[in-house]
Amino acid sequence: MNQLTNHPKLFQFVGLLVIFALLCLFINPSENNIFWRFPSLIAGLPYLINDSVEYLMFDWWPIQVYDPEIEEFEEKPLLQQVTRAISASILFLIGLIREIIMGGVKTIVTFTSWDFVSENKWARWPALPWTVVASGAILLGYKLQGKGLAMLAGFSTIYIAVFGQWEPSMQTLSFVLFAAPVSFILGLALGIWAYKNRKVELTLNPFLNVMQIMPHFSYLVPVMVFFGIGDHAGAIATIIFATPPMVRLTVLGLKRVSPEVLEAGMMSGCSNFQLMYKVLIPTARRDILIGVNQVIMQCLAMAVIASFIGAKGLGFNLLLSLNGLRIGQAIEQGICIVLIAVVLDRMSLAWANKQTDYFADLTFFKRHKYSLMFLVIVVAGIVLAYIGTFFFREGFNYLYIVPHNKGISIDDTLQNGVDWIWDTFFFTLKGFNVFLIQQILMPMKAAYLSMPVVATLALTMGVGYIIGGIRSAAIVGGFILFIALTEWWDRALITMYLMSFAVIVSSIIGVTVGTLCAQNSYTAKFILLVCDTFQTFPSFIYLIPVIMLFGVTDTSVLIAVIVYATVPATRYTVEGLRSVSPDLHDAGSMSGVNRLQRWIKIELPMSFPHMALGVNQTVVFALSMIIIGAMIGTDDLGQFILKALSDKNGVGNGLTLGLCVAFIGLAADQVIRTWANERKQILDIS
Amino acid sequence: MLQGSKGNVDAKTFQDAGCIVGVNNASFAVQKGDLLVVMGLSGSGKSTLLRCISRLTDATSGNIYIDGEDLLGMSNKKLIELRRNKMGMVFQSFALLPHKTVLENIAFPLQMKGNSTEESIKRAMEMVKLVVLDGRENYFPRQLSGGQQQRVGIARSLAVEPDIWFLDEPFSALDPLIRKEMQDEFLRLQGVLKKTILFITHDFDEALRLADRIAIMKEGIIEQLDTPANIVLNPATEYVRKFTEDVPREKVLKIESVMDPIDSSEELSDLQVSKDAIIETVAEVVLNQQKPVAVTDADNNVVGAVHSSKVIHVLFGSRAETENND
Repeated sequence: MNQLTNHPKLFQFVGLLVIFALLCLFINPSENNIFWRFPSLIAGLPYLINDSVEYLMFDWWPIQVYDPEIEEFEEKPLLQQVTRAISASILFLIGLIREIIMGGVKTIVTFTSWDFVSENKWARWPALPWTVVASGAILLGYKLQGKGLAMLAGFSTIYIAVFGQWEPSMQTLSFVLFAAPVSFILGLALGIWAYKNRKVELTLNPFLNVMQIMPHFSYLVPVMVFFGIGDHAGAIATIIFATPPMVRLTVLGLKRVSPEVLEAGMMSGCSNFQLMYKVLIPTARRDILIGVNQVIMQCLAMAVIASFIGAKGLGFNLLLSLNGLRIGQAIEQGICIVLIAVVLDRMSLAWANKQTDYFADLTFFKRHKYSLMFLVIVVAGIVLAYIGTFFFREGFNYLYIVPHNKGISIDDTLQNGVDWIWDTFFFTLKGFNVFLIQQILMPMKAAYLSMPVVATLALTMGVGYIIGGIRSAAIVGGFILFIALTEWWDRALITMYLMSFAVIVSSIIGVTVGTLCAQNSYTAKFILLVCDTFQTFPSFIYLIPVIMLFGVTDTSVLIAVIVYATVPATRYTVEGLRSVSPDLHDAGSMSGVNRLQRWIKIELPMSFPHMALGVNQTVVFALSMIIIGAMIGTDDLGQFILKALSDKNGVGNGLTLGLCVAFIGLAADQVIRTWANERKQILDIS
Repeated sequence: MLQGSKGNVDAKTFQDAGCIVGVNNASFAVQKGDLLVVMGLSGSGKSTLLRCISRLTDATSGNIYIDGEDLLGMSNKKLIELRRNKMGMVFQSFALLPHKTVLENIAFPLQMKGNSTEESIKRAMEMVKLVVLDGRENYFPRQLSGGQQQRVGIARSLAVEPDIWFLDEPFSALDPLIRKEMQDEFLRLQGVLKKTILFITHDFDEALRLADRIAIMKEGIIEQLDTPANIVLNPATEYVRKFTEDVPREKVLKIESVMDPIDSSEELSDLQVSKDAIIETVAEVVLNQQKPVAVTDADNNVVGAVHSSKVIHVLFGSRAETENND
């Protein structure tokens, strides 16, 4: 009894579980019982969305547009014209960037005409030889960080060129080169506005939360409806996804500028404009550049998914390989994506952390030595490529571009390897698969589906109340209620079961591995590096090995999810354990603790809040991966979102489903974050 | 509530209403060339006072006049003009821009004004020489020690040749030896530049050392505003007395407070001391003379004589007697 009075929350928890059990027992599963499943009152929402979208696109505000082909004025809806204009300009810009890197005639055509180009053979923009791009990357890597980064950059570009993936890689890269700067500018502008105006910040926050947690696929459908299919649609979807982290980090960076620096700026007589652009932003440089890093990584992650709505590049090819189960090829392409991701990530991080050290009285040559070197390389590369035209008279000029799929390829070897694994371990894998599905997953799924909705609602709201009071209970309740009132509650339950299983397993693995590695600074550094690298991989990549081993089942998805979601759990555990104040460790030592006592009494309690945030991230990662896993064939919300992509009227469904997924994540986020913040306050950690 | 009170703020009523009073009825004037030190403990309102006067914070009521112009009524544009030309401020945490070199930091206010880069850098170099940082002008703040960073802060605040110089606890973040050096440096600069200064500190000894006049603040109220000598000799409240209790008189009092009128029957020694000399600096010399020493003013006219007995009294006598005699 003492236990219960000392820990009132434990008591409340036990009480809640009792109520939950009772509700489950006494509510009969039947179609007509509203306590079992709520009537789908919001089922009309998708139709409402569809109708409004249709209205906006096809009927709203018609304006007169001159059609040159029929030489007459026509009535067209305003929004359609606007979106068409935006699409055209985006396509033009992406095309421009592509042509600078890969050569082509389209840009010149835009300014002249097709006739002009066919008459004048010289009027084509030549591509940048891969040697030039590779050397440029090496130079940039060296300038930003040193030999290590230079070698990584060099290796990656050479790999891409030699393995014949140059064209698709450059297509993906040009996509990122367009979307990233736009997201950066948009994010920075919104961030500055939110910093200056508290109301804007408060209004933006919930939107940013939802936008960051909604599954990528949900964005694709409305973008498709408004902008059509193609590179431009992919770019817009990418921009929508990449802007929120930029906004967040801008606001954070600006807020962290010391108030005295701000006052010094004011006393130096800065106008508001000067204050923002000469004082605040340069001082917040590091956080803003971390934002840039996040933007680039998001753009790359989306580049793969954007292939669903027609964006060309590596993602598109990877999708084809996966669909045709050509695993060897998929692995090669996957490695390309991963290499690009890691290089871009390391470069932008090095840029953020770089301190300028210069002494102002250097000569012109010394100051611009890298740019000058690059110029020399461009000239040399072009000369080399020109010489190459003489050597490789038939066939392909390898000093210029290695054409698609004509490079070295080891995909046959890889495919053989994959087949060997499949043959050798077939029975073990199958046995494991069957065991998992029959003994654990199916019962768990059945258990979730047999919960009456009232019980689920009571449980979740109860947890919210115990941890965060009425406010948390209301927020969690609101989210769950919304989902319960759609017609997809059962699907949502399936998503939730997948998510809980994955989160539990990931957390256990993550905390264990994290604790073991946190003991020693070398292992800690090593595991953090591993986590970093894994985190740069676009989540898509994880699907490749699991399809190979487990086929198209729930197990595949879960294993991919668990691998993906263990990364944040591990990293936050290591970081949390290693950031316990040394003073506390010393106090423990002087009190004579042994290793186990230290772990249980000092390290774990102090790291709990940080680890809880790790679990939070695990939930987010798990959710997003589960939805992507729908491509392998689960039967949860993700599956329906995927269907909405190919449905003519899928906008409403796609968005509503996306909101459901987002709300599951936000509900979990609310509970975990509130608990972590409360613990932090009690433990007096910042 | 503020408007109804018509400027007579009763701290208690406002506090009961839930406000925290930062500065309560502080009224004073600072003449050109005066060095006013505002001294108080944390929470006394001294930083708030400074920020009100420099309009980094807006005072809720009251008036501030600079050269006859009402600061609070000024438009933003005029205020910026004022800051670019007439004001300079030094901060406790140095507040240097981390991404700019020493030279660029000092040139910053000049560039905000719109001066050409060449001109700004030229002037900044002069400032670098003034604060004795030659050779380090291309360093970044993170490559400098605390004392050096504060010199950059001082140089930056002086770059526009301000009439009014604000210093917010400029030496509090430095360690004691450096602090003394910087105080000496500051006195030297003031001797050369003769600015009108508002200096904030929580260190009473620092205040005594530097000030022409000291304002002691407690919980938003100025307890006493007077010359160091008067504060030490005649503390106005119990609070001020606590600070002055342990201050050695001879460090603060000048010869003129212990001199006697000339007695023609007395023979004076050959030595003469200035009436403005701090007793501590000339005590040994005076005591070594066999006869009373003549006291002169700035024009070298003899205005009195100082006797050893008086000096001994100040050095070794009991507090109560010293106070009664003056």
